[in-house]
Amino acid sequence: MAIIQAEHLTKRYKRTVALDDLNFAVEQGELYGIIGPDGAGKTTLMRILATLLKPDAGTARMAELDVVNDYKAIRDIIGYMPGRFALYQDLTVEENLRFFASVFGTTVEENYHLVADIYRHIEPFKKRRAGRLSGGMKQKLALCCALIHKPRVLLLDEPTTGIDPVSRHELWDMLARLRQEGISVVATTPYMDEAARCDRIALMLGGRFMDVDTPQGIAARYPGHIWAVRADGMRRLAADLRSFGGTASAFSFGDAYHVTPAEGTAPGELRRHLEARGHTHISIEETQPTVEDCFMWLAKKTEDGK
Amino acid sequence: MESKAIIAEGLTKRFGAFTAVDHISFDVSGGEIFGFLGANGAGKTTAMRMLCGLSRPSEGRAAVAGHDVGRASERVKRSIGYMSQRFSLYEDLTVGENLRLFGGIYGMKDAEIARKSDEMLARLGFAAERRTRVGELPLGWKQKLAFSVAIFHEPKVVFLDEPTGGVDPATRRRFWELIYDAAERGITVFVTTHYMDEAEYCDRVSVMVDGRIEALDAPRALRARLGAETMDDVFRLLARKASRSSD
Amino acid sequence: MKQFASFVVKEFTQVLRDGRTLFILLAIPIIQVLVLGYAIITEVNNAEIAVFDPSRDDETQAIKERFAASRYFDIARELTQSADIDAVFRSGNISMVVVFADGFAEGLKDGSGASVQLVADGTDPNRAAILTGYARGVLASWQAERMQTAGVPLRIGVDTHMLYNPQGKSAYNFVPGVLGLVLMLICTMMTSIAIVREKETGSMELLLASPMKPLCIILAKITPYFLLSVVNLLTVLAIAVFVMDVPVRGSLGWLFAASALFIVVALALGLLISSVVNSQMNAMLVSGLGMMMPILFFSGLLFPVESIPDALQWISYIIPARWFIDIARKIMIEGTGVEHFAKELGIIALMAAVLLAVAIKKFKVRLE
Repeated sequence: MAIIQAEHLTKRYKRTVALDDLNFAVEQGELYGIIGPDGAGKTTLMRILATLLKPDAGTARMAELDVVNDYKAIRDIIGYMPGRFALYQDLTVEENLRFFASVFGTTVEENYHLVADIYRHIEPFKKRRAGRLSGGMKQKLALCCALIHKPRVLLLDEPTTGIDPVSRHELWDMLARLRQEGISVVATTPYMDEAARCDRIALMLGGRFMDVDTPQGIAARYPGHIWAVRADGMRRLAADLRSFGGTASAFSFGDAYHVTPAEGTAPGELRRHLEARGHTHISIEETQPTVEDCFMWLAKKTEDGK
Repeated sequence: MESKAIIAEGLTKRFGAFTAVDHISFDVSGGEIFGFLGANGAGKTTAMRMLCGLSRPSEGRAAVAGHDVGRASERVKRSIGYMSQRFSLYEDLTVGENLRLFGGIYGMKDAEIARKSDEMLARLGFAAERRTRVGELPLGWKQKLAFSVAIFHEPKVVFLDEPTGGVDPATRRRFWELIYDAAERGITVFVTTHYMDEAEYCDRVSVMVDGRIEALDAPRALRARLGAETMDDVFRLLARKASRSSD
Repeated sequence: MKQFASFVVKEFTQVLRDGRTLFILLAIPIIQVLVLGYAIITEVNNAEIAVFDPSRDDETQAIKERFAASRYFDIARELTQSADIDAVFRSGNISMVVVFADGFAEGLKDGSGASVQLVADGTDPNRAAILTGYARGVLASWQAERMQTAGVPLRIGVDTHMLYNPQGKSAYNFVPGVLGLVLMLICTMMTSIAIVREKETGSMELLLASPMKPLCIILAKITPYFLLSVVNLLTVLAIAVFVMDVPVRGSLGWLFAASALFIVVALALGLLISSVVNSQMNAMLVSGLGMMMPILFFSGLLFPVESIPDALQWISYIIPARWFIDIARKIMIEGTGVEHFAKELGIIALMAAVLLAVAIKKFKVRLE
């Protein structure tokens, strides 16, 4: 059974279309990731789901409740974490947690088991004012506050933005454990590498979902191969990869370039092309497409389609 | 004086009993792209502030573009560019007005500003947007423009504080091509980022943990030394040692 | 109820933790009362006065010499007809006219009594009160000396008349005014800032997405400021009574009742402001300038409402502080009973009800 069901969801701000006829469903107990850059419409979507904005058209239902008409009932069952740190900076860690517990008509003790795992990380700083925590700590505290009333659905808007990779990993580990508690989680992120942590992901751009599937399913739909190309003098490589006639696209990926060859191109042709331009220690290996490869391909397809 | 673009020797910053930056030493050559990584609260921001001449070191010294950051902070500020994800340009001014403003701030002559504006806008393909308000530009464009403004006065060193946060993957990569161009022209680039694949694009990276530089080398060498497959793994192996997690 | 209580506790924690806010809340009212109070009560020296003396006898001559000799007064003009009194005030400079009755000396001698009228410029009631006080002193000392030489009791009737301010409002006028100003400023400004701050920092987003009822948020948000306003009311009153010797002649109970209603009006205004502005800076500007200026102009604090042109008087009717200041003045200075300010009280109660209803209705349950 779908815990969230959205149909033809549309939202405009003056000239820009934030959400463009969006249809999707989130299953009960799923960890659902919405991945896209700033301005894709992620925050607008999360706010509509959190009953904070009304859509211009279309409907969204959560646990069979309508986000516009039944907003009061929905507010009882969701935990929401906005994109920017919204707790009280001048209250301590502990005071914030107690306050939000009471806002939801519960106590920290009652649901402590839910947050214990996360709270453990920040407990040594419980007397510190929230404003003086580091980015990662703030997000963990915010997550605790969003969880303390045992929500059925957790809505997290960019929980990992601006925090370091270690804290990011920890946060995703926490979300994975919450799923085991039966809580459905919808999280947005601009980091493509976090896609692998989700059950299903939606790739979002320009108010639309370009594709929705498991990370593996999305990667499997990538048309064609990807070669990871390395050589000495990586910066010089970019121009020469693009000048090669058999290159459909070439993007840097960490220590390599991901080259999508045009159909029927053999690796040897590219190697010769590069050797002719003085590159040394050339390595060309077939590699698996990542979600980021897929995102760029889908984005280009969308743009070309316009 | 100094041939290096940035030199730090035992650079330290204390706030009361708390040592935010603890005797860090490193140097960066001219035209190098230097990645400055670290966990939240490791002291990156404090270190960067000292290098930009905005905060006086408690101990140790640092020179940027040959000027001492403690004693000649005004000269340091004149020879650097700065761009952060949070603030760079005035959104309610047009592209052209922003260029004139920042050129003026750095004491460039009107004719020079005009000539360089034309050149830069043409290179970015923004010539048609000269009279557009910055606030109306898409995020990716804004970031490119902000970077170009940061190096508009041809600084010796440019500091980039998480310049690519939130932009789409293709734009992020095009942004890095601008960084390469700047480095080609001899500008030293000092960059912080939370995208670990971007660490890979730097000539060398340092990883800060608990106020100290825990590792500093070329990405490839760091991966090899720690037996890690990606920079993400490198970072996590190093940052796991952190004992303090707050600033 | 638990929600409400912990919200109030949270709000107090925040206020107490923020030294600057606490200072504004508690010290500013005290400073305002003291500054306004002492700035207004000034010493008067060599005030220019005029004399109208139709009697022209030895006695009036002696009194006039007394006035001229006093360091408080300078006789600048001698008027020839009573019709000039009004004109002499309009020409400026002259702050008081001493008017002797026709046949002053005869009245004194035959025991029927002589009378003097002190006409003062009531637009500045404080100064007027001081001048007439000094003038009475001059007359009294002359009377005492004259009685010793005459050996018989002499009766002088002194009648004080405030021109342009016929009720002769006293120098204590400013206290009810400051009370109105302080309550309005603290309640309105602090409430609007406190709510807008939640919007600005994003915590309102969290509260809205929670099951907390909007009414509960509103009440919890204004309760601490209501209590702080009561503290302010008490401090301002205490300073007025014990430091500045301002009397509270009427019922203290009614004064508190009226103040409580007025505080509710101010809180509701703060709520309303917070629903239309989005930054603390704007909240401060709107509540600071938007509320304070009209109070200063129309509430009789700076000049009597009666001296404002008719068209502007109408505007003053919609300003809650005007009615509150009226009530406070009637209770404190005039010591009148409830029957004399029931109308004003009713108006404030109505304003409180309407504003609160509108503010609650306008409170947004979503972000847009």
